[in-house]
Amino acid sequence: MTITVKGVAKEFGGFRAVDDLDLIIHEGELVALLGPSGSGKTTLLRIIAGLEFPDRGQVLFNGDDATARAVGERAVGFVFQHYALFRHMTVFENVAFGLRVKPRAQRPSRPEITRRVHELLRLVQLEGMAQRYPTQLSGGQRQRVALARALAIEPRVLLLDEPFGALDAQVRKDLRRWLRRLHQEMGLTSVFVTHDQEEALELADRVVVMNKGRIEQIGAPAEIYDRPANPFVYEFLGQVNRVPYRGEGNTARVLGRSFALEGTAGDGIAYVRPEEIEISREPRPDSVPALVRHVTALGPVIRIDLDLEGSDPVEVSLPPARWRDLCVTKGDAVHLRPANVRIFPAA
Amino acid sequence: MIATLTPAATTLPVRRRATREGRGVRWLLTTVAVLFLLGFLVLPLIAVFVEALRAGWGTYVAAIFEPDALAAIRLTLLVAAIAVPVNLVFGLCASWAIAKFDFPGKSVLITLIDLPFSVSPVISGLVWVLLFGTSGLLGPFLAPLGIKIVFAVPGIVLATIFVTFPFIARELIPLMAEQGREAEEAAVSLGASGWQTFRLVTLPNVKWGLLYGVLLCNARAMGEFGAVSVVSGHIRGLTNTMPLHIEILYNEYQSAAAFAVASLLALLGLVTLVIKTLLEWRYGAELAATRRH
Repeated sequence: MTITVKGVAKEFGGFRAVDDLDLIIHEGELVALLGPSGSGKTTLLRIIAGLEFPDRGQVLFNGDDATARAVGERAVGFVFQHYALFRHMTVFENVAFGLRVKPRAQRPSRPEITRRVHELLRLVQLEGMAQRYPTQLSGGQRQRVALARALAIEPRVLLLDEPFGALDAQVRKDLRRWLRRLHQEMGLTSVFVTHDQEEALELADRVVVMNKGRIEQIGAPAEIYDRPANPFVYEFLGQVNRVPYRGEGNTARVLGRSFALEGTAGDGIAYVRPEEIEISREPRPDSVPALVRHVTALGPVIRIDLDLEGSDPVEVSLPPARWRDLCVTKGDAVHLRPANVRIFPAA
Repeated sequence: MIATLTPAATTLPVRRRATREGRGVRWLLTTVAVLFLLGFLVLPLIAVFVEALRAGWGTYVAAIFEPDALAAIRLTLLVAAIAVPVNLVFGLCASWAIAKFDFPGKSVLITLIDLPFSVSPVISGLVWVLLFGTSGLLGPFLAPLGIKIVFAVPGIVLATIFVTFPFIARELIPLMAEQGREAEEAAVSLGASGWQTFRLVTLPNVKWGLLYGVLLCNARAMGEFGAVSVVSGHIRGLTNTMPLHIEILYNEYQSAAAFAVASLLALLGLVTLVIKTLLEWRYGAELAATRRH
């Protein structure tokens, strides 16, 4: 199902949650809405679901205007942030709910409902839990019940609001992989909301970065990470060093190295990822001296904090092997050379 | 298959309290509480039954089966049977609207629901006299139609509804507000209609609060004196409820009869409490699973 969002806007008591927003989600895609809290990502998801109605604009499902359709008529599976399980019902009854409330003509027979529920429970690996109540389950199990319940109505679109927000790190990782597989096997079109950039980059085919009710950038995870469209995306995704520079004619000097300024001349801010700064013992052309303030071993990467003369401290990250070759420790004098910078002239 | 009564795995571990008061303090507090309960609740209750039976079973039975007493009992039950369902529907509507939707005038509605608690019962009765009495606002229009409200059963029912309507709404509003809208949204997103959502999701989630509200409402509806006294007109055998009947008997120095009817009224209240306790005991596990009370 292709979902088209056209010029959608929504205000809550004067606060613009979603501001004239356009977005196309293609059939079979797994899309992440990524942004800080208050960026409008959950509101956008709820508008797509039909739980919230836009003040302006349209939502199209496969080209048909669905803006006025109620949530129940849109056949979307919605997974709530806190699962919203029916706590007075067993796991079985929760999953069966969507089938049992169908109009008599469309309702499957009793044995058929039982069969389908057990099939779904097998899918979410909760076969033995059918007679338990939600309070008797762990967070990860509740999340999977919520998924099974949403999938029971055989939706073409799956919408998930912060699906892994309340889970611990290991459970979250397993569930992510599992959701990815489920999405592919069932041929769903899925949209999930998250404020966790790692989650968005790992899980999604495309990431929509949102801020203040608007879209800052849309792209594949690698594209978003490697070529952020603006300072907001740069700062929101991953670690980055902000280095103010002074424009000198058509060039800018960033950490000792000159970069060509395209278009606007003048001062601005350069963004350099920690892994894009080369570090060496000996001075090289275009390098600047720095002093190692602190070394942190984070497992797969080593993070080094450095002090520079006449500039803010800088963070560099290295693979452990490279760090062992260099053998730098606290207090050492080293030289830095940025391999790649992105320059955003001051507005 | 017994699906609904699986005990919840919510047993708390027994743990030592950090706040351990001295033996003397605990003993003192317990004694004060027990003495207070005895003096102010149990003793008067016993007194009612002792007084009622002082003149023997014969007088007791005669006082209750006397025609005016029977009429009062019938009227009391009738009024409760009308007032409680009306307030049940109203309480559910009001709390649903207040807890689940935002609309202009919401805070005004919440304040208005508390009105009967904050005004004197005499005023709660008087408003109906002012509205429907012979010189009231609407009375002159109804009189030619032969509709009598004040000093008749309809007035008593209206006054009772007015006095008791906050009980159910007050019990449900915080409960529904705490539960939020997510479960309802989930039901609707799964294709449930508004009525299905209410019947299958909202109602089961508040059924205990609703039950307490109904029990409280019922106890008050049977026991209300002030407001009913103003609108009743005290016509024996016609517009006397049990509390009014008790007062009349007492004022006529028929204390044995007064206490006999009083004991019956007290008994009705006690039955309410017993039902509540029984239900709690019977459905304790489910109650724990749905985390409330």
